[in-house]
Amino acid sequence: MESVYAFFDQYYLLLFLLLFTVLLGFEVISKVPTVLHTPLMSGANAISGVVILGAILLIRQAAPDDYLTLGLGLLGIILGMVNVVDGFAVTERMLVLFRKNKKDG
Amino acid sequence: MTTFVLQLATLIGAFAFVWGLRLLSSPDSARRGNILAGVGMTIAIIATLLLPMEGAPNNYAWIFGGMIAGGGVGWVSARRIQMTAMPQMVSIFNGLGGACAVVLAMAELIAYYGGDNQMATGQVVIALLALLIGGVSFTGSMLAFAKLQGLIWDNTLTLPRHNVLNIILLAITLGVGIYLLTLGNGPLANTLAYVFLGLSLLYGFSFVIPIGGADMPVVISLLNSFTGLSAAAAGLIYNNQIMLVGGILVGAAGTILTVLMCEAMNRSLLNVLIGGFGGGGASTASAQGDQVVKEVSHNDAAIRLFYSDRVVFVPGYGLAVAQAQKVLKEVDDLLEANGVEVKYAIHPVAGRMPGHMNVLLAEADVPYPKLLDLDDANAALSDTDVVVVVGANDVVNPAAEDDPGSPIYGMPILRVWDAKNVIVLKRSMRPGYAGIQNPLFFHDKTNMLFGDAKDTLSKLTEEIKTL
Repeated sequence: MESVYAFFDQYYLLLFLLLFTVLLGFEVISKVPTVLHTPLMSGANAISGVVILGAILLIRQAAPDDYLTLGLGLLGIILGMVNVVDGFAVTERMLVLFRKNKKDG
Repeated sequence: MTTFVLQLATLIGAFAFVWGLRLLSSPDSARRGNILAGVGMTIAIIATLLLPMEGAPNNYAWIFGGMIAGGGVGWVSARRIQMTAMPQMVSIFNGLGGACAVVLAMAELIAYYGGDNQMATGQVVIALLALLIGGVSFTGSMLAFAKLQGLIWDNTLTLPRHNVLNIILLAITLGVGIYLLTLGNGPLANTLAYVFLGLSLLYGFSFVIPIGGADMPVVISLLNSFTGLSAAAAGLIYNNQIMLVGGILVGAAGTILTVLMCEAMNRSLLNVLIGGFGGGGASTASAQGDQVVKEVSHNDAAIRLFYSDRVVFVPGYGLAVAQAQKVLKEVDDLLEANGVEVKYAIHPVAGRMPGHMNVLLAEADVPYPKLLDLDDANAALSDTDVVVVVGANDVVNPAAEDDPGSPIYGMPILRVWDAKNVIVLKRSMRPGYAGIQNPLFFHDKTNMLFGDAKDTLSKLTEEIKTL
């Protein structure tokens, strides 16, 4: 039980943030219209690339000769960065299709 | 001071994510929203790079090397991808996001078991959760990709009693995880962490195996939410607020889409996961046995369309398979030129991921105000002269409304028979994914036009041009 208390104490504010982000996320995303669900998913892919921040922190703190950690961090950065760049770029490509059509129609 | 500026930057980044998603609520502002979220991400990355850390070796060469490699791959694939292949791409990149969370959690656990850092039990729990969810998301998404790409046929890998095996596998995985927690730190725990990772990866694979066909939109959405949750768990491990916010937002998006897709098929998530439509509709199918279908010639169909006031197209997955969106748009243009009002009725599960059909039509230059969602379409159908069903089947099956014995009974559908005439473009009389007969084909108002969707539509354009 002690460890649960300690955990709760340490993460108190973060748990607050978690709870409110869940509510906010559902609120905001339920307003996205059906037409945009595919861009929403690719955009979500891009945002899930936010894990790259963890990989950056991991590498920055690793000892320069700790090749295991550096390797894992490098892998993390590549995976995260692919998601970020591809996600935003492909979402942009799709959304341009919708905008272009607006002018025609 | 530097720390303050960078923390402020992170706060702005998190805000940009939320605001960007908010702008996705309309096609007009959506592009700004995406750019805003992208700016937020850039700010967050720069801030994390510059964040003052006492005595940290930084290893910037590794970081920039990784960013350039990953960014390059991402950029090239984003430029090259076909819109029809969007479900595959979203799956594969979704899996990479899960893999990234796995890598991060594993790095922390390796350091912990190696005695290089301390973790409270709560943190180990979160790290294991990140491994489990991220691992399931990774292998599940890779398999979903292979299925969508046509590399693996649905059902070929399903074992007998697969659902029972899945539950047992999940129970073993969770059991190993809990046992691992009771061990604390030690060589056995270290080994078991790898076993746990292996089991999570195996479960992700096994969990997606029995699901396929029309259920793909549900699976992709669900895996998307898993990736978000694993990112959020990684955010908790690293005590990083913006990772938590980003992960939760993605988790929420995936969850909402999963629920919407399930509702659109009137099935519970559990039912989708356990998989497949059973033989419940056998009685219905045989009852329809010797009814006759009416065929219509290309010429007749063209005349009917040409002299209508209002036409609605109902595109389905078959349209995307035949790559016939552009030809469909040609028909649309010819009809519009003659003063016919053309709309498109899009069922939520048309295509292979949520909203896929909308993107495919947008790519074919169909303006989005012409795309009607389920409710608007049903309201418009009674006032429509001709409905053309292209490559859709189950979403226009009246059995969903009037046959309680049908496996799709209760599924919200497009009530195309409310229109004056229905023309169904179809390859053959073979039943759709659900494997059930569609009474619409025998309906008084229905005429069948057999053949490949793209061929048929091209012939229709030729015929219309001669009118």
